[in-house]
Amino acid sequence: MAVVETRGLTKVFKEGQLGAVNNVDLVTREGEFLVFLGPSGSGKTTLLRMIAGLEQPTAGEILIGGNVVNHLSPRERRIAMVFQSYALYPHLSVYNNIAFPLKAQKIKKELHREKVEWASSLLGIGGLLDRKPRELSGGERQRVALARAIVREPTVFLLDEPLSNLDAKLRASAREDLEQFHKRIGTTTIYVTHDQVEAMAMGDRIVVLHQGFVRQIGTPKEVYDDPADTFVATFLGSPPMNLLESDDVVVGFRPEHFLPADRLREGSRIPLRFRVTYLEFLGAERILYGSLAGSRFEEKEVLSRLPAAVSEAFQVASVYDFGVASESLRFFDRQSEKRTQPKAIAWQ
Amino acid sequence: MKPAEHNVERCGGASATPPSPRERPRVARRPGGRWLGAAMFLPAILYVVAIIGVPFLMAFLYAVGDVRVGSVGYHFVGLENFRSVLHSPAFRRSLFNSVIFTVGSQVLVIVGAFTLALALRDKFRGRGVVRFLVMLPWVAPVSLGAIGWKWILDSLYSVINWLLVAMHLFRQFDAPQWLGEPKLAMMSVILVHTWHVLPFSTVILLAGLTAIPRDIPEAAAVDGAGFWRTLVHITIPMMRPILNVALLFGIIFTFTDMTVVYILTRGGPYDSTQVVPSLAFFTGILGGDLAEGAAISLFLVPILVIVAYLMLRVAHRAEVT
Ligand SMILES: Nc1ncnc2c1ncn2[C@@H]1O[C@H](COP(=O)(O)OP(=O)(O)O)[C@@H](O)[C@H]1O
Ligand SMILES: [Mg+2]
Repeated sequence: MAVVETRGLTKVFKEGQLGAVNNVDLVTREGEFLVFLGPSGSGKTTLLRMIAGLEQPTAGEILIGGNVVNHLSPRERRIAMVFQSYALYPHLSVYNNIAFPLKAQKIKKELHREKVEWASSLLGIGGLLDRKPRELSGGERQRVALARAIVREPTVFLLDEPLSNLDAKLRASAREDLEQFHKRIGTTTIYVTHDQVEAMAMGDRIVVLHQGFVRQIGTPKEVYDDPADTFVATFLGSPPMNLLESDDVVVGFRPEHFLPADRLREGSRIPLRFRVTYLEFLGAERILYGSLAGSRFEEKEVLSRLPAAVSEAFQVASVYDFGVASESLRFFDRQSEKRTQPKAIAWQ
Repeated sequence: MKPAEHNVERCGGASATPPSPRERPRVARRPGGRWLGAAMFLPAILYVVAIIGVPFLMAFLYAVGDVRVGSVGYHFVGLENFRSVLHSPAFRRSLFNSVIFTVGSQVLVIVGAFTLALALRDKFRGRGVVRFLVMLPWVAPVSLGAIGWKWILDSLYSVINWLLVAMHLFRQFDAPQWLGEPKLAMMSVILVHTWHVLPFSTVILLAGLTAIPRDIPEAAAVDGAGFWRTLVHITIPMMRPILNVALLFGIIFTFTDMTVVYILTRGGPYDSTQVVPSLAFFTGILGGDLAEGAAISLFLVPILVIVAYLMLRVAHRAEVT
């Protein structure tokens, strides 16, 4: 097993333009499941392709297992990658798709069948070995791509949005399978996704990317509870964090912390009046849309997310006493958008 | 080629439920619509009949008659002309030459075009210019190109020989007679024809290559395959249908072509480069024996029919896979 490290990794496609990946420093840990999370176009794929050796960096270094691999071809890096499209070889049977890396790396012929069977049974596709990729469903294709990736027991796994082609239901079960699978083989895995729920659920740590810059690296809890800047604060969490601008700071609080006043301890609570304009009932929770009333943040739009345990009825166009616990507040610098120390601000 | 599209097609084709009335395409049935359709179709049919049907029929009539240039009557002679053609050594020779000419040039064309297509697929500085240059032999008139080649290979003024002599590889009056020695002449004819049809096959193969999604060869690279393994096990198998199309087109272009032979060697020396179409031309038009010329050219028909049949089958298979 190996550790992947990047130092100042940068990719500029067109000279003079902003880089697709800018000055990225990161180190994976042994056997960890690291997630690259960012909106579409944030440079996740480009970063992954540079690690795989499919894209030459403009600047910076890539290290695998402690050695600089910048000038090694993909095959010499001994990594496995699952492409977003799966990139199965359409003219080969599932068996030959999975066996291809074995042949390419000149592994002894006698071992092929055994290894292919091991990989395919691990992914539950033992019965599909004679089919062609076009005869498979999306979920089955994804499993074949995974089997092809694990069959030669790589040192690192790179997965580029492997679930994005599946429908919602299949995606949930495939996510579960992937997690189980990673637990079993324990190979260091880098997983790319634009879906924050997926990232939170699967990642040991999350690397949040935006416009090619790393905004934060941390465990799901860290990036959710202590976002490093306003981008991370609003990109993670659905609905996103409420942000209020006050002089030179931005104050943020999660919708689930914006609750009816009587739900909060009196000592630490900051009272706010909330005018509800729209209600969404989602079964396990309710989302209240509205704006603040009667403070210096008059008319600022905010959201509240109430668990089913809060059973009060709320009326559209009415104003209620809400509040936030002061320890739930997060502060950001208004200029740099970076996290700052808690500050006392005037609420009224 | 893309699996997703085919699934859609297949579902559409095999769906058991009939389309709802709202989905069914409405065809306006105007009175006289059928005649209008026929009238619109007529020019195409006339064109095919006039350009292909009539000459074909004439050729057939000539072939079973005793027509000569300038003769007045017409006597039906049955398969007499075919029998005499089959027994003529000149015909057998030209059939053999045609096969050599076609196989030789197609091997060169496919290998060359595939190499060129591979080279022209990747981006590099000046790719547009190179692509244009590669296309030139195809867009330039064959006769013009072939006349150029005739000078290049000329017995006295050959540029190649001048170079070879200047490089001291040959002595002045001992240089190869490119069009004067049977083996060399055949080689020259094959090479010039290859030069001419290469761009066409290159373009077909280039289109096929660019249709392979970029991440397939990338996946192969990550899986550990080098250039040759990717080429042999991934690229060529995926290109199979397109390669077949290029090959069959090439065979038709080559088997029926006589321009290069006519301009460079006129079938000589000693009929060593005489191919079936040029023999038909020399016998029927220049030799005046229309009947025998027609019979010779009709021998091309079964061969071309087989090739055309294969071509349609391959095209169909390319669609399904
Ligand atoms: N081959 C390329 N040539 C030029 N620009 C590219 C290329 N690949 C990606 N980009 C650009 O780089 C940026 C990052 O792309 P990508 O890494 O694919 O983002 P993501 O995977 O996060 O959606 C995008 O703005 C994209 O347009
Ligand atoms: Mg991407």
